[in-house]
Amino acid sequence: MSLLAPAQGHRAIFRINPVAKLAAALLLAGVLILTIDWVSAAVALACELVLFFWAGLSLKSFALRTLPVWIAAPTAGVTTLLYGQSAGTVYWAFGFVNVTEGSVELAIATTLRILAVGLPSVVLFVTVDPTDLADGLAQVVKLPARFVLGGLAGLRLVGLFLEDWRALELARRARGIADGGAVRRLLSQAFALLVLSIRRGSKLATAMEARGFGAPGRRSWARESTFRGRELALVGIGLAVALLSVGVSVATGSWNFVLT
Amino acid sequence: MTPKAAASVSGASVVARGWGWRHAGRRAWAVDGVDLRIEPGERVLLLGASGAGKSTLLHALAGVLGGEEEGERRGQLLVNGAEPSGARGQSGLLLQDPDSQVILARVGDDVAFGCENLGVPRDEIWRRVTDALTMVGLNVPLDHPTSALSGGQKQRLALAGVLAMRPGLLLLDEPTANLDPEGVLEVRESVARVLERSEATFIVIEHRVAIWQNLVNRVIVLDAAGGVLADGCPDDVLTSQGDRLAAAGVWVPGRGSGLVAARRDAPAGTATLLRTPGLAIARTKAEIVARDIEVEVLAGTALALTGPNGAGKSTLALTLAGLLKPAGGAVLAVPEFAAGAGPEPIRWKSRQLLTRIGTVFQDPEHQFVAATVRAELSVGPRALRQPEAAITARVDQVLQRLRLDHLADANPFTLSGGEKRRLSVGTVLATQPKLLVLDEPTFGQDLRTWREIVALLDELLREGTALVAVSHDVDFVATVAHREYRLAGRAAAPAVTAGAVPR
Amino acid sequence: MHATSTLLTPSTSRQPRSYRWRVVDIVIASVIGVASGLIFIVWNQAYNPLSGLLTPLLPGLQALLGGGWLFAGVLGGLIIRKPGAAIYTELLAAVVSTLVGGTAWGATILVSGLVQGLGAELVFALFFYANYRLYVALLAGAGAGLALAVNDLLLWYPGSAAPFITIYTASSIVSGIVVAGLLSWLFMRGLARTGALSRFAAGRSSRTRV
Repeated sequence: MSLLAPAQGHRAIFRINPVAKLAAALLLAGVLILTIDWVSAAVALACELVLFFWAGLSLKSFALRTLPVWIAAPTAGVTTLLYGQSAGTVYWAFGFVNVTEGSVELAIATTLRILAVGLPSVVLFVTVDPTDLADGLAQVVKLPARFVLGGLAGLRLVGLFLEDWRALELARRARGIADGGAVRRLLSQAFALLVLSIRRGSKLATAMEARGFGAPGRRSWARESTFRGRELALVGIGLAVALLSVGVSVATGSWNFVLT
Repeated sequence: MTPKAAASVSGASVVARGWGWRHAGRRAWAVDGVDLRIEPGERVLLLGASGAGKSTLLHALAGVLGGEEEGERRGQLLVNGAEPSGARGQSGLLLQDPDSQVILARVGDDVAFGCENLGVPRDEIWRRVTDALTMVGLNVPLDHPTSALSGGQKQRLALAGVLAMRPGLLLLDEPTANLDPEGVLEVRESVARVLERSEATFIVIEHRVAIWQNLVNRVIVLDAAGGVLADGCPDDVLTSQGDRLAAAGVWVPGRGSGLVAARRDAPAGTATLLRTPGLAIARTKAEIVARDIEVEVLAGTALALTGPNGAGKSTLALTLAGLLKPAGGAVLAVPEFAAGAGPEPIRWKSRQLLTRIGTVFQDPEHQFVAATVRAELSVGPRALRQPEAAITARVDQVLQRLRLDHLADANPFTLSGGEKRRLSVGTVLATQPKLLVLDEPTFGQDLRTWREIVALLDELLREGTALVAVSHDVDFVATVAHREYRLAGRAAAPAVTAGAVPR
Repeated sequence: MHATSTLLTPSTSRQPRSYRWRVVDIVIASVIGVASGLIFIVWNQAYNPLSGLLTPLLPGLQALLGGGWLFAGVLGGLIIRKPGAAIYTELLAAVVSTLVGGTAWGATILVSGLVQGLGAELVFALFFYANYRLYVALLAGAGAGLALAVNDLLLWYPGSAAPFITIYTASSIVSGIVVAGLLSWLFMRGLARTGALSRFAAGRSSRTRV
């Protein structure tokens, strides 16, 4: 889990301000989402797969972390293949299913697009430390500090919540109600988790207030969050990949704006 | 700046005039009619029965009670002559629960948090952070993960975070109630060191008086009916109010628990229920915490599981209880105990556990599943498909035995700490298991609840029930346990001493 | 509040409603967001096999599962009762599910979280953040469901045929009403009864004074 144990290391990627990673991932996603064609997605994906060599991940952890993307992309692709807009030759039709020349093309584009959008954000987020991200969001992006820090403090409770969840599971077995009714038990467990988490949250809020959190007056920052050359470079790379894929797509006449 | 100079903030004064507070939506006042004057630099132990509003007073002094949305106030409460809520940072509050006070992921950042909120310049913050960590004696790197700290270390971390704000009023709300004996000592020593070097006014709430008795020069007792019951130097108040305090659940030094230790010479039974040939235990599959464990659980006999933090006491208890899978070896039930359910408790159905092994978790809230106390107690019998009349009768019996009858319709989560503990024991008793496994049953309880639990367990033992209890509580082990199994603390270490509790 | 203003507000009177977030509002909203994010992760893992079952029945029906990602915003809105609460909790839950679990949807999850939170938020705003009855909760769920459909159809299923769009939209609205609306409302009421919400209006309105 990246949040509880962000990947540690000394390569440049680890020191880049998380805000830049977020910006690069969002920029890329924002541009790729405008079009639905296989060319732009394929170009972006090709560039990304090369860039991933500098991402600070071993092949094994790359595979492990990005596994959900590799599963979801073809799944969405198949949905589009079967139920996407029909066009051109009909290959197979059965009930709602309509596999056509057009839906095959859409399916390929959808699969590639999810990979091109999903992979870089997973890879970039693996090396993000939540504390650094919060510092960046508050100091660089200037989001309201109370909300950013409140969110960060909430995040720290994740580990406790996971322990609670496990204890709740064991306790339900001890209470004699773990033999059946999975859905009901899950709901009761989710409810108990909410009770416990709100209790913890209330105590945490008091502890934070007792340390002057939310007090009027200007807050200072113990850690400085900076946005300099290497951050600009990363955003620049994201922009370059986005522009290149758009350029190739338009040049080959494949650009297909999503709202048309 | 040396730590000594760093802490030299002058103490704050406290004045209360007819002060009271009522939480929004409540009819009763949490505190009322408090008249007090505490001079700068005084060290005060604040006592009172649970429900007397000690915590509310401390929260008010720290300025964290909330505004008009959250309750209503009468009278006056002043810190250094001003409203406490207007001057955050002049008072520092340390709370009871170590886990809920860690705010950030790294030790240095966490200590710096308060200074940041007060707008202290960056260079000054890091100076203060180092000083504060030195003062509480927490020698870990600034980027050490806070999640890796023990309970005692977390409390000292929180104390450092408070000290870094340089408060003139230091407020401690049962800071050691959730700690093991080692953690209690750590925190007490840290506070003692701070008090030596600081002129801050100091107020602590604690029902185990012995911990703080020598560090305070004044004891104030709040009356549950409102106002101040007693106020004076520690010896006088503890002598004159001793009986009353003990009855209200305060552990008054020199009085013991009021129950005779070691009065149970022979266990009520000796038939073996469980054996553990070559048992190894693990929380998660990967990490074995202890191996080569050989214990025998005997009917009518209390077995205490003791040992340092992280030695695997709870893990062992939950493994014996048939909830965690052994990482090696086995937990085996004798056929009479298994009663047709197979030799390994971990393979029993959830329902089959009910009449055989009952488990009381450390946190009662983990085991609550119903909306009322009565429904909570019926969950087990109902899972056993007992007839409705039998369920009602059994539940009534348990309600009375645990003095919860007046709360039958209350929501379990709304009970007080002691009531929750009794209910969690009650849910287990409802199905009359032959073996009771308890994880820290007396943890954080006041003297009253402590006595009740001990008396109840004593009765169960006499009835022939077997007990396995994880406990840090020396008094509890000495009073209840026949045998003790001590876990050494390192997975590599060979087993461990099992023997009679030294009397 | 002045130091000498003693007592005197009869506590049955309605306190003036404040739109400013207190620290406890922020922290509890965060905690709800984080806990919901963890539940999203469980849901993410269940989604692919379940949608594989539903989609062949009727394409677009997989959106019935969407409610599993929508309850955070409605629950946050119902408990916190301040402007932005639904957006904040839904967005945070989305971020947590990405940071902790790593999802296939990558950075776009931020957009999804924002849009879905907005769907619920608009409904609470329509009632001036003053009405939190069951029907408002159901409407907020429906709003979140509609937002989910719009977002998904544009982002993930562009170029879908009209029947798919209709079924997908209807399914996500139904899911939003039942899972995000009804379930969140029941959770809110249950939480109030445990006393966990004593610092919130949500925790006081449904409890008798004790």
